Amino acid sequence: MLTHEVRSQMLTHEKAEEIFLRLSRHCNADGMEMLIAGGHSALTRFANNTIHQNVEEENYVVSVRTVIGRKTARATTNKLDEASLRRAVESAEAMTEVQVEDPDLLPMAPASMTDGPPTERYFENTAALTPEDRASAVESIVGIARKNNLTAAGIFSSSRSVEAIMNSRGLSTFHAQTSSEVSITMLGGDSSGWQKANSPDARNLDPMALAETAARKARDSASPREVPPGKYTVILEPAAVLDLVGYMFFDFGGLAILDQRSFLTNRVGTKLFGENITVDDNVYHPLQSGAPFDGEGVHRRPIRLVENGVVRNLVYARATAEKMKKSEHASKVGDIGPTGHGFPLPNEIGEAPMNIVFDAGPEASRRTLEQMIASTERGILVTRCWYIREVDPYEKILTGMTRDGTFWIGEGKLRHGLRNFRFNQSLIHMLGNVTEMGTPVRASGEESFDMVVPPMKVQGFNFTEVTKF
Amino acid sequence: METPERLETISMKDIASWILNTAQSRGAGYCDLRVVDERARTIATKNGKVGHASNAESLGVGIRVIADGAWGFAATQDLSRTAVEATAARAVEVARASARVKQHELQLAPEKAYVDEWTTPYKIDPFTTSIADNIELLLKVDSELRAVEGVTLAEALFSFRRYEQWFYSSIGSDIHQTKFITGAGYAAYAFAGTEIHKRSYPNSFGGQYQNKGYELVEELKLVENARRIAEEAVALHKADQCPEGTFDIILDSSQLGLQIHESVGHPIELDRVLGMEANFAGTSFLTTDKLRHLRYGSDLVTVVADATPEHGPGLGTFKYDDEGVPAQCTPIITNGLFTGYLSSRDTAPAIGEDRSSGTMRAEGWNRIPLIRMTNISIRPGAKPLTLDELIASTDHGIFFQTNRSWSIDDKRYNFQFGTEIGWEIKAGKLGRMLKNPSYSGITTEFWNSMDAICSRDQWTLWGTPNCGKGQPMQTMGTGHGASPARFKGVKVGSAYKGTGA
Repeated sequence: MLTHEVRSQMLTHEKAEEIFLRLSRHCNADGMEMLIAGGHSALTRFANNTIHQNVEEENYVVSVRTVIGRKTARATTNKLDEASLRRAVESAEAMTEVQVEDPDLLPMAPASMTDGPPTERYFENTAALTPEDRASAVESIVGIARKNNLTAAGIFSSSRSVEAIMNSRGLSTFHAQTSSEVSITMLGGDSSGWQKANSPDARNLDPMALAETAARKARDSASPREVPPGKYTVILEPAAVLDLVGYMFFDFGGLAILDQRSFLTNRVGTKLFGENITVDDNVYHPLQSGAPFDGEGVHRRPIRLVENGVVRNLVYARATAEKMKKSEHASKVGDIGPTGHGFPLPNEIGEAPMNIVFDAGPEASRRTLEQMIASTERGILVTRCWYIREVDPYEKILTGMTRDGTFWIGEGKLRHGLRNFRFNQSLIHMLGNVTEMGTPVRASGEESFDMVVPPMKVQGFNFTEVTKF
Repeated sequence: METPERLETISMKDIASWILNTAQSRGAGYCDLRVVDERARTIATKNGKVGHASNAESLGVGIRVIADGAWGFAATQDLSRTAVEATAARAVEVARASARVKQHELQLAPEKAYVDEWTTPYKIDPFTTSIADNIELLLKVDSELRAVEGVTLAEALFSFRRYEQWFYSSIGSDIHQTKFITGAGYAAYAFAGTEIHKRSYPNSFGGQYQNKGYELVEELKLVENARRIAEEAVALHKADQCPEGTFDIILDSSQLGLQIHESVGHPIELDRVLGMEANFAGTSFLTTDKLRHLRYGSDLVTVVADATPEHGPGLGTFKYDDEGVPAQCTPIITNGLFTGYLSSRDTAPAIGEDRSSGTMRAEGWNRIPLIRMTNISIRPGAKPLTLDELIASTDHGIFFQTNRSWSIDDKRYNFQFGTEIGWEIKAGKLGRMLKNPSYSGITTEFWNSMDAICSRDQWTLWGTPNCGKGQPMQTMGTGHGASPARFKGVKVGSAYKGTGA
């Protein structure tokens, strides 16, 4: 891979502070906050063994929030000339002035709230990836498809980005990061297989190994058979776990409880899941990604969300924490305080944990995917889920489909491919019926954000219909 | 990163000539570019307070080229001459890298050059309305919703967008289009015991969206409907669970709009059919051998893909698509027979068509155009038929209103939809309210079971603002015109089957 220094071409902390000073000169509000995000991203897309889309983009966005008394509003622009920056400040001020007073609005976060260790997630080799590098990898992936009489579709993307927050109380924080992702679908006549991986460091990706696994799944699931819907023991690969469990984490914000839109309303402190379910939010986990601060620049604290099946803690933006302390829920929701999980203000959602890490227990208790299959008399292996949507918000019933590699397990072995199922499954019941887990990995799907999750074996998973392929 | 000049001082023709000359001098056989200047205002209220208040603007250029028989695309926010020329050169480099992995040379369906201007017809530019007035109206709705005991959360939203685009291509097109998009709506939630119920108006997904000005807000009668919507959200707690079984069902026009979107609009996208979306959005059961052979629906089912302004102010209305092809009306299903796909200049030749159907659309300046739904609409019934008359002619069935959940497999066969509220129909009359209604089926079986559809006076052109497709993901607005319709013998209630809830 070609490597040359590209970090110098990116927006730096110093340059971001210069822009903040330029904005400040135009500001007449009581307080101002600036958020800058952007960088360079590229994505090479292939299908039918051909690169059919190939894109690159450079963009930085400046977002200004002003505060006047107990009122706030935001204006955003990607035009960085002086007149446009001035217009953004004026636009934020004008919108702020006509707002209704919000008694819950706090002053800007003080500088001390951003104190916390940085996360080092910028890798020069990933930043320097070129279209030629990505095309070389795709060429090899297509070679594996041809060797197996399959066709390949997928992506190889890479990016370098920055995120900075500064405010008029002296808070100034900056994060630079790279990202890379490979996703591969291998298609046969009546079957398909899929694999995906994502990392800040492209050296952690192995496109050839992913292609070989996707090809094997497509080959082994050819001539799929139909089994009737019903309750089955399933083994969910990490991407399938991620896409399902991702539907519950927006309910772990304090504001979701105060709004009574969370399935955890009246359930914090209760044992909702199995004894073996323990979940943290931890931006510092070595397999995690992202900035160590939230939308107000507040340092993200690691939080234990679920411990041995009991929902222990929620996450809080600053204002939500203050409201929660005064609410009827205060004595029932564990520790209350700003955790650094708020979204940029003003917003209706409040906060959410975005760096989920499942704890699968001690090494000795974990099982590899192969061991899980070997210990299954009758069951179904699910590679990937698709089009998951919430059917019931309090029982957390989700519907969706299986896709790209669904297999029948008989007497401890993968026997043959299956036609895909529709499921209607309560997430609460699912996490109460996990009998085995593997080592958590950084998983990537399509329905949720990336997480560190294990493969899971689940009893009584509820399939309600079968489709035609 | 250089500082761009002010837009007003830049000649679009100059930018275009810098880009086209650079691309061609670097060896591109084709080049097009879109400069987009976008502006948005979003205001949302929640429980008596302003939840979200923002203005946003974005400006940049996206450059698409063919070099060595393959596509390349590069985009920048910087409109200075140095930057756009470098970006054009970069697009050619990207195309050359693409050409390393190809089966065939790209072939584009022929198209003429157009020089034209077009703007969405609108009465009131939404950006001229007062933000204070916007907030006052939203808070009035909020107050009406929360006046009903049992409502635990009230949310209301206005979304205004102005999207101005200059398109130029190496075949000589020079097209300037401006679209106004307005969206408005609200929802009431009621939490009690172990249930959360929600009612939305005039539709879920934030409400109704159209290519119109602020006049849409005035047409929707937001305040007038708020009390009823809130009362229904609370009443759902006392309603019976929707039964499981096989029923004749009637879908309201917004739910039928989403049914069209998922089980007609997506499967007819020719890029999906040809495998280009296999890794993410999926493929389609509508393989090319089915064109003009498949019985998609009953004789009453006629669906068009109509982007022309004459179709109405849908989110899929324009005069030219994002590769410079004029808007068209394509027959998709004609009296039940499958008759057409959505195509582009580089996919039309694959099915022997000599012209694109004009459906390439990009989310913004920094995304490539993809085949997207325009306005995919079902023709209303020819004979006068109101919803009340349709219900009166139904002996036993269920009426489904306002989408709550939606899911369909990656070839678009098996679907399941849930709505916010249902009503039992007995002996031609609406009876008891039903909570948690859902229905499911197989696309072609479902459309073949349609035995009645209401007439033009019951037809609404709905906007779906949140259609996701592509990698990187692009969110696009699509239009769906529909009247209430009846389907015979549909599977109902399996969303809760076996869930223990």
